[in-house]
Amino acid sequence: METLLNDFSVGLFFMQALILLIVIVLMRVFAWKPILDALQTREDGIQEALESAENAKLEMQNLQANNEKLLKEARAERESMLKEAREMKEKMIEDAKTQAQEEANKMVSNAQLAIENEKKAAVAELKSQVANLSIEIAEKVVREELSNKDKQAKLVESMLSEATLN
Amino acid sequence: MVATKSIKFLVVFVLALTSFTAFAQEEVVENNLVDSPDEIREFIAHHLKDSHDFHLYTDNASGKHYGFPLPVIVWTSNGLKTFMSSEFHHDDNGEVVVDKDGTKIVKYHTKIYELDEGAAALSFDEAHHPTNASKVIDFSITKSVFGMILTGLLMLIGFSSLARGYKKGNTVPKGFSRVLEPLVIYVRDEIAKPNIGDKKYRKFMGFLLTVFFFIFILNILGLTPLGFNVTGQIAVTACLAIFTMVIYLFSGTKDFWAHTLWMPGVPIILRPILAVIELLGFVVIKPFSLLVRLFANITAGHFVVMSLMALMVSLKADFGPVASTGMSLILSLFIMFIELLVAFLQAFIFTMLSSLFIGMAVEEHDEHH
Amino acid sequence: MYNLIGAGIIVIGGGIGLGQIGGKAMESIARQPEAAGKIQTAMIIIGALLEGLAFGALILGK
Repeated sequence: METLLNDFSVGLFFMQALILLIVIVLMRVFAWKPILDALQTREDGIQEALESAENAKLEMQNLQANNEKLLKEARAERESMLKEAREMKEKMIEDAKTQAQEEANKMVSNAQLAIENEKKAAVAELKSQVANLSIEIAEKVVREELSNKDKQAKLVESMLSEATLN
Repeated sequence: MVATKSIKFLVVFVLALTSFTAFAQEEVVENNLVDSPDEIREFIAHHLKDSHDFHLYTDNASGKHYGFPLPVIVWTSNGLKTFMSSEFHHDDNGEVVVDKDGTKIVKYHTKIYELDEGAAALSFDEAHHPTNASKVIDFSITKSVFGMILTGLLMLIGFSSLARGYKKGNTVPKGFSRVLEPLVIYVRDEIAKPNIGDKKYRKFMGFLLTVFFFIFILNILGLTPLGFNVTGQIAVTACLAIFTMVIYLFSGTKDFWAHTLWMPGVPIILRPILAVIELLGFVVIKPFSLLVRLFANITAGHFVVMSLMALMVSLKADFGPVASTGMSLILSLFIMFIELLVAFLQAFIFTMLSSLFIGMAVEEHDEHH
Repeated sequence: MYNLIGAGIIVIGGGIGLGQIGGKAMESIARQPEAAGKIQTAMIIIGALLEGLAFGALILGK
């Protein structure tokens, strides 16, 4: 203890205090403050970057979800549009079919009508011709028959019998 | 860029070389000058003390001293006297008397004395204490002061370059600063923040960082063959400890003083006793343990390293020069590595305990018991 | 003379204490390796306080 106290130099103590004070002040101004500030800003920057990265990730996820939704919607729309188109097509075909059917039916009926008319006309003509022919034939036959008495009588007879049968 | 780099390299190289030759020559000193146990003891004791000139080695054959003198600044009864230490002509036994305007100044065992009026030479009593001289207040730039200034400059250069690097905009430091940055972050995150608290640590960072690097660099300098023993000077460690004490006493919160002087939750009779104990703890015991720990560790380290180096002298007669030198080399190398650890550890401990004490002083107690 | 003996006794006590601290710290690190950092710091602080005591005794006794 005594030797230590003897070794204790007041001057050295004073010089040390002076130097330490100066060094602390100088280091504070020129080194520690800028260094610690820079470290702080760097760490804040890193923190911020991490946070923004996290945010970006979230946003990205949102965006992706949005995209998915949009895609789904688009798909649904396309589906519905396709469906509509298909229906429309079917309807049009159906319509066309029915129309064609109707037209055909009409044409057929017209044709039938025309045929009927033609037939009727033909039949009428045939009838009239047949009547004329039969009248002519009958005239001839009657003339011939009436030229012969027997035959006239026979005819009357047969006709009469026939008539009775009726 | 290349040029500055090569210059840097050259400087480092030359420094390494000179320290190496100085080291080698110190061994020469031991071989030539110091060859008995008494002389070894004296040599070590002399090394552990401060000195007034920067002495590298002595060529004993020609009697020449290598090194450079440092200024002596003393406050005598006749005022401030300044001269270079070369005026003592390497005398340490009080034989050379420097006369400055009638003030007779002598140096005896690294201390500077002022001779009493009328005395021409120093005289001693039986215990080798000077009888006709009084101590002066010695503000000299001694070897320790020189070391401290050197350390301060090194710190200023190193860390301001780190700071400039940040200011230039590179977020990641380059070169040597890359070594310094993790140390700064270490002190901040491992020492200051956990002990003082996240909110208040910033105010004390200047002191803590400065003290940490100051002690660390001085400890490392002490391991070089330049022969600094700054942190082994009790005045230096006392000053560091008193700085810590002043800081934690002056930044103590109301809570701290309440808990120190009038501890709540304790019987009234015991409170004054506790106050005395606490106050004694904060004002005397804590600074004392701080200063003694650093001083004793560094002194002991230097003592052990030098003793092991001296083995090569003291064991030469028994084992021969090769074996004794090899033994001393291996042992001192081993201790040197431990001392490197101690150099860091003591800086760490000092800063750690300082921040612990500061943390105690600035702590806010939420719960009142 | 007596003060040296006292200093010696305190140093012995300090040595025992340091041994205890180191041993217990090793034990707790082995038990909880993830807390090694905290335990080490605490160990160093207590070790330093004890060292201060021992050195104080040594210097006061010398």
